[in-house]
This record gives sequence, C-alpha cells and structure tokens, in this order.
Amino acid sequence: MSSPVTASERTVRHAFGNVLAFFVLILIGVLAFSIRLFSVIKYESVIHEFDPYFNYRVTQFLTKNGIYDFWNWFDDRTWYPLGRVIGGTVYPGLTLTAGTLWWVLHSLNIPLSVETVCVFTAPTFSAFASWATYLLTKEVKGPGAGLAAAALLGMVPSYISRSVAGSYDNEAVAIFALIFTFFLYIKTLNTGSLFYATLNAISYFYMVCSWGGYTFIINLIPMHVLLCIVTGRYSPRLYIAYAPLVVLGTLLAALVPVVGFNAVMTSEHFASFLVFIIIHVVALVYYIKGILSPRMFKVAVTLVLSIGLAVCCAVIAILIAVVASSPTKGWSGRSLSLLDPTYASKYIPIIASVSEHQPPTWPSYFMDINVLAFLVPAGIIACFLPLSDASSFAVLYIVTSVYFSGVMVRLMLVLAPAACIMSGIALSEAFDALTGSIKFHLLGFSIENSQAGAGDASPDNVPAQKNAVKSDASENTLKERTSRKSKKKEKEREKEEQDGKSSLKSQIKRLQVLPFEASIIGVFLLILLGAFYVVHCVWAAAEAYSAPSIVLTSHTQSGLHVFDDFREAYAWLRHNTEVDDKVASWWDYGYQTTAMANRTVIVDNNTWNNTHIATVGTAMSSPEKAAWEIFNSLDVKYVLVVFGGLVGYPSDDINKFLWMVRIGGGVFPHIKEPDYLRDGQYRIDSQATPTMLNCLMYKLSYYRFVDTDGKGFDRVRQTEIGKKYFKLTHFEEVFTTHHWMVRIYKLKPQKNRIRGKSKKSKSKASSTASSTKRRINKNPWL
Amino acid sequence: MGLRLDLLLLAAALLFSPALSDLVILKVDRRVDLTSQIVRVTSTLKVENNGKDAVTEVLLVFPDRQVKNLAYLFAVSSAGKGKAKSYSHTLSVNEINLKGMPPSLVGYLVSLPEPLGKGESYTLDVLAVYTHSLKPFPEKITQADIQLLVFEDSAYYLSPYEVKAQSLTVKLPQARIESYTRIENTKLHGSDIKYGPYENLPPFSHSPIVVHFESNRPFAVARELVREVEISHWGNVQVTEYYNVVNRGSEITGEFSRLEFQARPHIRGPSSFRNLVAKLPPRTHSVYYRDEIGNISTSHLWSDSKKTELEIEPRYPMFGGWRTAFTIGYGLPLQDFLFESEGKRFLNFSFGSPINEIIVDTLFMKIVLPEGSNDITVTAPFPIKESRETKLSHLDLVGRPVIILEKSNVVPEHNQYFQVYYTFSGISMLREPLMLIFGFFFLFITYILYMHADISISKSSPSYLAKMQWEEVQAVIQQVENIVSRCLAVHEKLEASLQDLSRTGVVQACKSVRKSADSTLKELYKEMKPLLSFLQSSSQAAHILPKVEELVTKERELQEKLMTKHLTVVDCYEKKLGGREIENRINAHQQKITVLRQEVDDLLDYIDEL
Repeated sequence: MSSPVTASERTVRHAFGNVLAFFVLILIGVLAFSIRLFSVIKYESVIHEFDPYFNYRVTQFLTKNGIYDFWNWFDDRTWYPLGRVIGGTVYPGLTLTAGTLWWVLHSLNIPLSVETVCVFTAPTFSAFASWATYLLTKEVKGPGAGLAAAALLGMVPSYISRSVAGSYDNEAVAIFALIFTFFLYIKTLNTGSLFYATLNAISYFYMVCSWGGYTFIINLIPMHVLLCIVTGRYSPRLYIAYAPLVVLGTLLAALVPVVGFNAVMTSEHFASFLVFIIIHVVALVYYIKGILSPRMFKVAVTLVLSIGLAVCCAVIAILIAVVASSPTKGWSGRSLSLLDPTYASKYIPIIASVSEHQPPTWPSYFMDINVLAFLVPAGIIACFLPLSDASSFAVLYIVTSVYFSGVMVRLMLVLAPAACIMSGIALSEAFDALTGSIKFHLLGFSIENSQAGAGDASPDNVPAQKNAVKSDASENTLKERTSRKSKKKEKEREKEEQDGKSSLKSQIKRLQVLPFEASIIGVFLLILLGAFYVVHCVWAAAEAYSAPSIVLTSHTQSGLHVFDDFREAYAWLRHNTEVDDKVASWWDYGYQTTAMANRTVIVDNNTWNNTHIATVGTAMSSPEKAAWEIFNSLDVKYVLVVFGGLVGYPSDDINKFLWMVRIGGGVFPHIKEPDYLRDGQYRIDSQATPTMLNCLMYKLSYYRFVDTDGKGFDRVRQTEIGKKYFKLTHFEEVFTTHHWMVRIYKLKPQKNRIRGKSKKSKSKASSTASSTKRRINKNPWL
Repeated sequence: MGLRLDLLLLAAALLFSPALSDLVILKVDRRVDLTSQIVRVTSTLKVENNGKDAVTEVLLVFPDRQVKNLAYLFAVSSAGKGKAKSYSHTLSVNEINLKGMPPSLVGYLVSLPEPLGKGESYTLDVLAVYTHSLKPFPEKITQADIQLLVFEDSAYYLSPYEVKAQSLTVKLPQARIESYTRIENTKLHGSDIKYGPYENLPPFSHSPIVVHFESNRPFAVARELVREVEISHWGNVQVTEYYNVVNRGSEITGEFSRLEFQARPHIRGPSSFRNLVAKLPPRTHSVYYRDEIGNISTSHLWSDSKKTELEIEPRYPMFGGWRTAFTIGYGLPLQDFLFESEGKRFLNFSFGSPINEIIVDTLFMKIVLPEGSNDITVTAPFPIKESRETKLSHLDLVGRPVIILEKSNVVPEHNQYFQVYYTFSGISMLREPLMLIFGFFFLFITYILYMHADISISKSSPSYLAKMQWEEVQAVIQQVENIVSRCLAVHEKLEASLQDLSRTGVVQACKSVRKSADSTLKELYKEMKPLLSFLQSSSQAAHILPKVEELVTKERELQEKLMTKHLTVVDCYEKKLGGREIENRINAHQQKITVLRQEVDDLLDYIDEL
C-alpha cells in the first residue's frame, strides 16, 4: 500500500511541491494586486476619498522637500489660523513607504509620478500582506493552510475596501505590518531565535509608524503571553519572543513623533508592561525551580509570594492612582469608545459622527468576509487539534478581533486577516481529510485490483526499481553532504517526513476515513463554497468598493453619465481664486480642498480641535448675518457647500447638517438641536422650523434652487423645500458646478457707511448696528 | 496717443521722404479681419519704381504699439512666382535705427526677388498677424452682458512712400456695431466697414479710426504652452502638451449663476467659451486629456483618414478672466514624422499649437531624442530661441538629449514644419532590452551562486565543525531510515504473499517469496552495519543513538515475528489445516506484530522530527 518513499523521490516530490507553492504564492500576489485594479480600469488612476488626499499631499511634500523638512513641517494651509504640525501629528509609515518607493524608482530613472506611486502602493502592499498571511498561517498550521489563507486574504472584501488602487490610506500598509509582526512573533515563539525577535521589534516599529491600530498588537501579544503562562506553556522561547519585543519595541515606538512618550504614558501600553513584569517573575520562578530541590522551592515560594504580593500591590496602587488622576483614565477617546461602545455617542459626537465608527450591521459581516464567517468556527476547532502556542495565538486573535469589529465597522479590517487565517486552516484541514479518504479508497481499490490480476508481476519489478533508486539515494546523500545549505534542506526534509507521516497515519487510522461518495461530495461542496467566495469578492471589488467617491457615475438609457462636480469645483478654486484665500466648508472636504484646490481651509478631516470644528458648525447653523461675522472673523473668503438635491446625491451637507448643529451646540450653547427639529424630526419642507429655514446651510444649499423646476423639489429628501424664494444679503454665488453638487459662495465685502442720509435710513442703520452688536455678543470668537 | 503719433509721423516724413521717395505705391488694398481674437491684416501693395536706380527692397513701416503685438509677418508676391522673404523684427529694427528712424516706428525691409527697374511695377501681398490688439471695452461685464471690443488703426496706409490709391475693409464677426469712426468715404455693408478709396496721399499719412463692436468669439490665450515630443524608435512619437489657458476677454464681475448659464447659455453667458477644438494629425492614437487632479471626462474625438479632431471642454465654462490648466497627450506613428536623408534622420514636425484660434504667449517646444543621438541640428522657417538639456527617463544611463525651442506670441500661422536632424544608430535601440535581459540574467546567476556558495566566516570554528558533523550524522540516519523503510516494504511483500496464499493456495510461490525476502533482508542488514558503527563512533549522534538502536532492534524483532508467522501459515497450509485453526495459531503473533509495527512507526516519526 505505502511503498516506501525513498529520499530522492521525496526530494523530487518535495522540490516540485516547493516550486508549486512558490508559483501559487506569486499568483496569489498577482491576484491580490490585480483584483484591486478595478478602480483604475473602471474609473481612472486617481487618489480616492478623503484621507488619501491628505496622505498624497504629505507624500508630495516629502518627495519635494526631503525627510528633514517633512519632520519639521508646519502646515499653514489648514486649520487656519492655528495651522497644524504635520511632522509631529501624522503616522509617517505610509508616507515614508511611498516616498521611498518613489525615490528608489527615480534613482533607477523610472519617472513615475508621485501620484502613480501613491495609487499603486495599496495593491502592492496587499500582495505583501497575502504573503505575510501565508507565512503566519504556515507557522500555525503548515503550508497547505498557509496557501489557502493567503489566497483568501488576497481577495477578502473587507481588506479590498481599504486597499483598492487609489485608496492611499494607512490601513493599506498597516494590515501588512500587522500580519507580518504577528508572523515574526509566532516565528520567534516557534524557533526561540533572537534574530527573529529583533526583526519582530523592527516590524512592530513599522506598524507603529503606520497606524494607530498598533495598540492592538501591543495588547494582543501580552494577552497571548499571559494565556501561555496561565496554561502552563511557559518556555524560554516565549520569553525570547516577548521580552525583546517590549523593550526594543517600546524604545522604537517612542521614536515616532506622533507616539513619543505615549508609548510609556498611556493606558493602552500598560498591559504590555504588566505582562513584562509577570513573565520575568515566572522566568525567575522556573529558574529557581531548576536549581533548588522541591522542598527548598516550596519554602522559597511562600517567602517570595508574601513579599512579592506586597510589592505588587503597592505598585499597582500607585499605577491606578496615576491613571485615575487623568480625566480619561489615561485612555484616548478612540480606545475608550472601543472598550465602552456607548462612550463616543455620549461624550464625543465628532467620533460618533463618522460613519465608519458606527457598529456594523449583520449584513456588513456577510458583505465583508462572506463565507469566511461560516468557516471560522471550523478553523477554531481545527486550531484545538492539537493546541499549540501558535494556534492558541490564532484563536486569541480571532476572538479579540471579532469583539472589536463588533464595536466599529472600521475594525472589520482587523478581523479580516484573522478570519482568513481561520478559514484557511479550516479549508485546508477539510480538504486534507476529504482528499485523504478519496486517495485511500482509490489506492485501496487499485491495490486489490493489482493483487487480483497480476499478483506476481509487481513483486518482481519492485526490487529492480529499488536498486535503481538506491543508487540514486546514495548519490543524493553524498550531494547533501557536500551542499552546506543545510537549513533549507532540513526544513524540506521535515516537510517530506510530515507528508510521509500523515500517509502512514492515515493508513493506520482507518476509522477516520470517510465514505468515498461522501468525500467526493464534500470536496465538490467546498469548491463550490470557494467559488461562491471568489465570485462575491470579484463583485465586491468591481462594484462595491472601487468607486473613488470623487467621481460618481450613473447608468442611464443613453449610457454612462459622469458626475465630476467635486473636481470641477476644486479646479475652479485652484485656478480662479487667490493663493492665500481661505475656504470654509464642513470638515469632510478639508483634505480635498487643500490637496486638490491648494487653498487654505479652516477645518479638515484630522479632527484634532473640536472647538474649531464647532465654530464652523455654528456658522453653518446660524442665520446669514451671524455666520458672515463668524466667517469674516476667521478671514474666510469663500464658503463651499455640497448639495445633492438636484441630482439626488445623498451624502451632502444637508444630510450631515444635524451633526454640525450637534457639534456646534456642544461648544456654543446658543445653538440648540431642538430648534432645528420639528417634533423631533429633521425636515426641510414647509413644516421645518424657522431656525432651520433661516440658517446659512439651508440658504446656501437652496439658493435659487426653486428656479430649476419651479417647485424646488429636493431629490434626496423627496420633498419640496420649505422656503423657496429668498435672497442672500451677505454672500454671493461665485460658482456652482454642473450638477449643482458643489456650490461656492463668496463673502460680500462690508458696505461702506453712507453719511448724510435721511433720518429714516439712519435709524435703520442704527438698528442694524445694534443688531450687529447683539450678534457680536453671540459670536463665539469674541 | 494718436496725436503724438501724428507728430512723430510728421517728423518721420520730413526725415525720410527724400531718401526713399523713389518708390511709389500705386494701389493698396487692406483687409482687416476681426472675426476672431487674432487680427489679420492683409495688404496688397502695387509698387512702382519712379526713380532712376533699380530698387531691390521695399520698406514696410509699422507703429511700435502695433509691432508689440505683431506675431507674424509674411509677404508674398501676388503673381505667385516665388515668395518674397520676410525679415525678422530685430534685424529690420537695427537697419532702420541705423538710418535714424524715430523710435515710434519700426521698419521691415522686404527684398524683391529681382531688382525693380525704372518704371516697372510689382505687386505683393503682406500678411500681418496681431495678437492682443483687440481690447475689451468695458473691461468688466456681468454674466449676461455681451462682450464689446475696441479696435484701433489708421484709415490710411502707413507707408514711407507716396500712396496713389488705397482702400481699407474691416470685417467684423457680427453686424452689431456699437460705434465706428466716420470719415469721408466710409460705408457700412452688413458686417463690413469700408474706408476709401483715398487717392494721392503723401508718405506717413495718418487718420486714426476706432471700431467698437460686439464679438463673442473665444478669447482663449495660452499663457504658457509646453509641447513635449518624445521620439521612440520602436515606432511611436509621444506628444504631451501642457496648457495654461486664460480667457482674455472682458472679465466677469458679480455673481456667476449656474442656473442662468444652464437655462440660456447663449444669452446668459455669451462671453464665455465651453470648448476648444484641436486638429491633430491623422492616425493619432491613445489620446488623453487630464489635469493635475485627474482625468477630465468632457472630451470628444473624431477621426478619419485625413485628420483627427479632438474637442476638449475645460472642467468649467471659461468666463472672462477665468483660468485653467490641462494636459493633452497623444501618440503618433513614427513613420509619418521621422525620415532619413543622407545618413541622418530628421523629425518633421509642426511647431504651433493644434488648437484652433488660440494665442500662445510663450511656447516651449521640447524635442526629446532617443538616448545616444548625436549631431543635432534644427532648421525652422522662422527664428526661434534654441537651448539644450538632457532628460533622464526609463532605463537611461546618460540621458536623452532635449532640444528646447522657445518662442513668444505664437499664432496658428506658426503651425509650420520644422526639422530636427540627428544621427542615431539602430543598435542603440537594442541597448535597453539587452540591459534588462542581462540584468535579470545576472540576478538569477547571483542567486544561484548565493545558493551554492558557502559564506560562513570561519571554517575551523567548533560550531561550524559541529554543524558539519551533525549534517553527516543526519545523512547517515537518513540512510538508516531508508533501509528500515525498505525492510518494512519487504514485510509488506511477505504479508501480500500470505494473502495470495489464502486465495490461491499455492504454497510454493509463497516459499520462494520468503526466501527472496530473507536474502534481501540480510543484505539490508549488511548495509546497515557500517552506518550503525559510524553512528556509535560519532559524538554528535550520542543523543539520538539509543533511539536508532531501538529502532533497529524493534525492526529485527518485528521481522522475526513476521517470519515465524509466515512459517506457521505456510506450515498450516501444507498440513491443510482449516482457516480457523490457522487464525488461532497466528493470532498471538499477529498481535505482537501490530504492536511492534506501531512502535517502529512511532520511532521513525520521532527520528524524523529531529
């Protein structure tokens, strides 16, 4: 049945397997890269959405001015008049990566533009991420599972949504860094090599550079270490894997300006230090246990425990006191909203206002990880058979990430790799079992057949073959002796032997063999499941996630219709306003305005100053005159609003308006949300409140809108607007795009005071002056 | 201004009339075309030599405020017998200055193809093209206003010679005229204003006229245009044009209402233009139109065998004073533009912008030749400022030579072919592919070498030696394992023979199998002995030796049991005992065999894992 596998056969088969795996990996990389190109093919090679525009702008600055100017960059074109220290407040990993890529390409005389490099950074790193997944899963459950997981990750929709070509965001490289750091941790754990431990710290450093999500690593790894210690799995390898990571990693993390002393000061990092102490205590205990006799050890334990506990209590008390003295308990707002999902909506509306910070709905799980959701439990079970250090880590990873993804849609991204790893393991194990039993049945049948038919022929042939093979084998061993690249071969051999072993085992454990028909059907169903997943992923990549959101398209009878209004407006601003003009808009459009229009903005998507944002929100929700005063005090020359009522573009400013009111009202109490709601309902039709109908946002959005169709029918809200005919007194329309999606208004200059007018006009003037005064008092800037 | 000019002209007349009075202009017909933003003045001159000496040159005079805007001057013989040369501005100015010409006048000498003898006459056409000489008035208008322009000129032809008869026709785009200067013999025919005929006017006669008229023609001006032409000898000429366009018409003031623009674009935005049309050469391919923030989707392309027409629409309608910037690019087939003559290659390419009726304030024409081109010369039909630079592009080592031709005030009349001659050997074409091939070749070679090279630093260090020994031990253990697995295979065969026996009952075959198995097993043991002794002698193998030895003994035990089982079974068959009986006899053996086999497998696994 199992004719002995000789060495040469093994190496040949094994080399073949290696080459096959290599090509499969290359193909997975190509797949991961090319599935993300739908956005370029269907739309164009352009930076997407909001944050990527900021990253793109920073990269442009980096490539133009060099790394030192980048660290010292004070950006005066945003958060006017405050400005922003970009070098110290930005996670530089992505920018530096793309900048380095660009620099390398240019030193090779390949003149790709910065934009092109930025657009294709994310797909490139998704290919890297799928390879990293292969490595990680291979460490957990062998190469088969690794390949399956890599293929799954290459096209998981959740990750595609953040890394299509043009989506030049931190997450694109951070997911790679995350998986690679985990891989190196597991690798160190499996080998106990200090080399990998150092690499692990460096990889962690890269992750810290790239994304705020590094805190996930620095909490998950200590949790795993703790788990290992508690379950009695402590080993020197664990120590090597953990202790250097904390020391080196923390030192390196503190080098990143945006993290700095946070690496030792904030609560997110305390878990790692605590576990660092614990692992040392445990290591000491194990050491003492080694040198002392059991009896002496018992005595020592009681002695040390009593002293140690006291010291520990003191330290923990101090720690708690320090932490409790700070208002947020040392946690940043985003972390707190993770631990307490209701925190943000209670205290920080600005975090809650971002749609990606909302908890996900059930369909979004199906949309983002699809069939993986069903495979994950199987993978978890497979991880327990048998439970190793590595597989326990995988289980811990999936459990924590499932929790986090349940709190914020955005963190679905962290769940995706875990789900892919688990599903990869599950798929690979299932295929193993099914194909194993098919093989058993087929081989079994064939042997019986051969024995029945030509029973004598085979035994005669075999020795001859064996002799030939034997000489081969001896040659081979000679070769092996001479070749000194032993490490690889060792590994190869290991693998071969595992293969051989499994075949032997399968032979022994006949009880586990499934019936032939069942396994055929099982394989067929699994392939069907995989096919379903692939179809879904391609659909998601092509239809759902590749729209750049600055260009919109719609299909009509006459063909494709393109809505390129955003760029129309930004191009107009860029070319037809003065370089130093300030443009006010809601913060969503800040990054795009600075990057595409190159104009100074008041607030942008980096929402670091709540008061400033609240000021703009207040202006937008104030009547025209008050708003004019606020804007004028901020030196604003143009106001930009996004209006979707004409073409039915739902994410416009009117729909975001309640957040402006809420955020504005949070700082300036004279803005009250109920004033804008009629019976708790937000409406802009004739039932709307007068405050709503007189606020700046309403007026700027609907100015002369009624003239388009005579009724003023808003296609987003599906209603006729409340106040149809009105004039602007303090603003004038200077530009409106083709589909009215962006409207730009200019602040009218202050009128000259006219002297020597009739009494009547004087009295009017005085009354307006007094009203001005009153308004000025309301103006939050005074 | 007009008065001052008059005075100057008078002075000039006094100065020059004696010197140049030999020529007389019999008849001048001037036609001023104001239908676009570019003013084209075509003058047909009939000159007669009244003097004694033969005359070779005719002097044309322009006031300097016109010369400032003069983009192109071209003289052609009306007879159509060969062209008269046009002289450059600078040269002519110098010439006139030498003769003491007043600074407000600039003269150009037109040399005649053959000397004009006494009493002979000659007819020539002079085309003068002016840019920026139409002034919008009022300068600022609202969105709904129509655009009004002012044109100033003289009703009389300005000439250093006496003019016998002359007339002037001003062609306007529309019949709507705000006002125009009326002097004697002024007539209005639809959209044409006719001045003249006037007879027997002395040299430097001057009579200013002003026409104020409506024109909604686009005032598209490219403040700067960079055209980059990159030649690839693999069959493509890539043209990239960077435009920086402004509408130099009346500036818009006040609100811009999209509503009104959309509802009645021709009434509520008459001064704006929405699109530009570029006429590209035939067989143009891969056309793109974008700006710094991405593709611009509003463009149309028509092509036939004669031409390719590209209609581009800026992102927003261009009102007066509004600016925009964009890039268009396209590829052209190499064989249409690159030719060879006398061992040199030359590029034959047109100079100006392909966009209709656009004025280019400054045009930079960059011709990027392939790396390795030498001996570069440029011939152009008009004077151009020329400079050089190098550009490093894909896989370049020394860079590609770039010729930069710079010219200001470019009008469509400058769309003439110029030639760039250079030498380039065909072998250089292969350099970059070869570089790539060798690059990858060496990459693989180095990898292979790296895989085969031993790069450990010290060859005598104990750890290195230990590693070597350990490798040897491993190899030996591998061999031992092989032998054991072959023994196991022999066992399988024995089992198989027993099964055969149970089916066929042929005892003899079974015995022969046993014999051959016996002998192979013995051989295998012989093979194993030196290996075992090696392991015993090696210090590295100390920790694994007991396991190996155990493996060997277990295997031997297993083999013995099997043999006895085999023997028993064969015996039973010979004695023709029943199946049950046989089973009873071998049952004990069978159990031990299973246990032993399990142990051997486990041991093999254990050794494998090391």
